Amino acid sequence: MSLLSVNALDVRHGLLQAVREVDLKVDQGETVALIGANGAGKTTLLRAIAGAHRASRGQIHLDGSDITNVPAHQRVAMGIALVPEGRRLFAAMTVEENLLIARASGRQGEWTVDRVMETFPMLKPRRKARCGTLSGGEQQATAIGRALMTNPRVLLLDEVSLGLSPLAVDLVYRSVETLIASGATILLVEQDLNRALKVANRVMCMLEGRIVIQGTAGTLTRERITEAYFGHHKRPVGKTQ
Amino acid sequence: MSLVSAVIDGALLGGYYAMIACGLSFMFGVMRIINLAHGSLAIVAAFALWTIADRMGYDPFLALIVVLPVMGALGWLLQRAVLERSLRAGELVPILSTFGLAIVVENLLFEYFGADTRSLAPYVGSLSYDSFNIGGGTYVGELAILTFVVAILLLGGLQLFLTYTPLGCYIRATAEDPDTVELVGVNSRFVNAVAAAIALATIALAGLFLGLRTSFDPYAGSMQLIFAFEAAVIGGSGTLWGTLAGGIVLGIAQTFGAQLHPQGFLLAGHGIFLLVLVGRLYLPGHYLRFLHK
Repeated sequence: MSLLSVNALDVRHGLLQAVREVDLKVDQGETVALIGANGAGKTTLLRAIAGAHRASRGQIHLDGSDITNVPAHQRVAMGIALVPEGRRLFAAMTVEENLLIARASGRQGEWTVDRVMETFPMLKPRRKARCGTLSGGEQQATAIGRALMTNPRVLLLDEVSLGLSPLAVDLVYRSVETLIASGATILLVEQDLNRALKVANRVMCMLEGRIVIQGTAGTLTRERITEAYFGHHKRPVGKTQ
Repeated sequence: MSLVSAVIDGALLGGYYAMIACGLSFMFGVMRIINLAHGSLAIVAAFALWTIADRMGYDPFLALIVVLPVMGALGWLLQRAVLERSLRAGELVPILSTFGLAIVVENLLFEYFGADTRSLAPYVGSLSYDSFNIGGGTYVGELAILTFVVAILLLGGLQLFLTYTPLGCYIRATAEDPDTVELVGVNSRFVNAVAAAIALATIALAGLFLGLRTSFDPYAGSMQLIFAFEAAVIGGSGTLWGTLAGGIVLGIAQTFGAQLHPQGFLLAGHGIFLLVLVGRLYLPGHYLRFLHK
């Protein structure tokens, strides 16, 4: 059975339907990448899985139990952690405080503040610094560390490379690869196709709220994904209207 | 009254203002709610203390053991039943709903207790008019000093709680970004309810000292709300030590105003409030912001 499964999910922002009939499965230990243009519904899908948006139709299951109507903080306690787009750190608080807040989830596990510092060595000298004073890469590392502190079963990463220098992106992705190697289950949104194909087992491309193409990283060519990204593909997987 | 004694009296009065402003400032800082029922709720606490003291003969300080948790529970209920719902409808709606609540509370008090003016002073012996000489013929009231000390303990205690406890940390995080705390496992509804409970517990304390230092009637809440509001705004909203500074500035201004003219007490208070407010608009940077982060 899949660790995370999403069935026929619809999510609306008022009149705008951002996610349409999305089916998605992520197995234990798998890394799945979501690709798509701005406004395709990737962030909304991730936030709906994390509980920040309500589903207007469809279900979300974690390890067989229905979590569709479970509030966000309880989903964290069940093992879903989201690294939100734009990092969303508590800027007036220190790196350490940001990490320690995640203990509210009550999940026991291997992740401690010290372990986060080992995984992201750049944070060591910044431990007592206010998050508002950090560089983009340091902030992103703190945001990922904060999610890891909840000892998640599924980690949702939303555009971790957004707004970072190429060097910082390399650093962040090196840490992500370490996580993947340690057997973490990850669903990530990424604009950079090369990076997505490099780290993910499977890739899905979203267009106008639907998943239009998906497959293992080996079977999908860059060209097919690019066509799906811009909507040039002739035979969409989802229903046409 | 000498100049020195006016400054001392004003500063000590500021302790009371800081105490009553503390809950207002805390609620605004954490939940972005301006609670216009704040003053009336302080009167509720004062009447509760008075009832226990008058009908059952307990010391008002002792009665606080009951009234403090009851007001806390009321805060929890208030958050769940009124504030949370109205905040969902928009930032300005809580102002309307708490304004309505203030009217309901005032009239219920009037219905039950009548128009008589009460005070807690008769139940604490001579505390409310005892004073001692601090040299040079200057006397300060014992109650004023007690109020000031309790205000500092309250603000300091809250500050320590917010800085060093996990729950305090969740409260600060919720204040900064209520959506994101949910995503790291914090139950923001619970945190907000706790914050409301704390705010109302501080109101209970303010109600005690209000009743000790002066008299009150069912409609006395609005004046207390104005003082609390002025102290909080002068001090810079959302900071606890700023609130103390704001209270002291307000207290000193009022005491000096009273020296100049019998009507000067209130006028000087409102004057300094407006001066700071207008000053903030025109002065650059962090002037007049008292310890603002």
